[in-house]
Amino acid sequence: MTKKEFLAAIEQRLCGLSPSDIEKSLEYYKEMVDDYIENGKTEEEAVAAMGSVDEIVSQILMEMPLPKIVKAKAKSTRGLRAWEIVLLVLGSPIWASLLLAAVIVVFAVYIVIWSAVVVLYAVDFSLAAVSLAGIFISAICAFSGGGVQVLFYVGLALFCAGAAILCFFAFNKITVGIVKASAAVLRGIKHIFIRKAETK
Amino acid sequence: MDIQLKRGLLDICVLAAIKDEDSYGYQIIKDMKPYVEISESTLYPILRRLEAAEYLTVRSVEHSGRLRKYYHITRTGLERIAAFKEEWKEIMAIYSFVTREDEEND
Repeated sequence: MTKKEFLAAIEQRLCGLSPSDIEKSLEYYKEMVDDYIENGKTEEEAVAAMGSVDEIVSQILMEMPLPKIVKAKAKSTRGLRAWEIVLLVLGSPIWASLLLAAVIVVFAVYIVIWSAVVVLYAVDFSLAAVSLAGIFISAICAFSGGGVQVLFYVGLALFCAGAAILCFFAFNKITVGIVKASAAVLRGIKHIFIRKAETK
Repeated sequence: MDIQLKRGLLDICVLAAIKDEDSYGYQIIKDMKPYVEISESTLYPILRRLEAAEYLTVRSVEHSGRLRKYYHITRTGLERIAAFKEEWKEIMAIYSFVTREDEEND
């Protein structure tokens, strides 16, 4: 494969991405091939050293945000035939609602994830609130002269304060874990899109 | 090696490759080769990612009648390397604990 053919192949596979993204990728590979040639490789060898176009394209796409990939995929597919358009329109009550459902499911998953985070911090906040209330009540009891009650509420306040502080650190760790896990899931979804496009 | 771990490590390696002086794609791969193999197609997204995170800046320099992109590390990039060294101390401590257990078993 010549350098020209190689760059054209990448450009064709990336069509649908923004022109500046494509331009940057091509500049990079052009420079790389030229540098290999300058260091004594033939054009053919230099292109071969870059690896397969499939690998190159999937590496570039993996780094793109998901909406960009979907847009690129949608644009790069061939035009629709007349009967396909008819089918699409006739089938729209089915596929449109399925699509909507899929979008809502993804959205719901996100809400669930973030609710979990909110719940964790709410628990922590209420522990802190209880400990403050405990101090307040024990002060009242001290004034009205209930010795055992004062001890009980001071103990309660200290316990809740300790729990609130410990939980805060634990919940921070859990939140970081949740964020990392959801990022991994997103990468998984991207992978499905890219793999599908390659096997087509 | 775990993919996520390797991804993060390669980012640091690329930053380390441009730490002392500005460098370009071919040179970065060549400099890294004795330590870690990185392919041309792997390097490209890393450079884009590091640029987006403002760990490095890019400038085009003319070289024998064509343009070559040189990558320059930013202050944030240098801080990232420093943070990595700190993190790695913890990991090395864990490593020595894990291998000590191995020796006891042997």
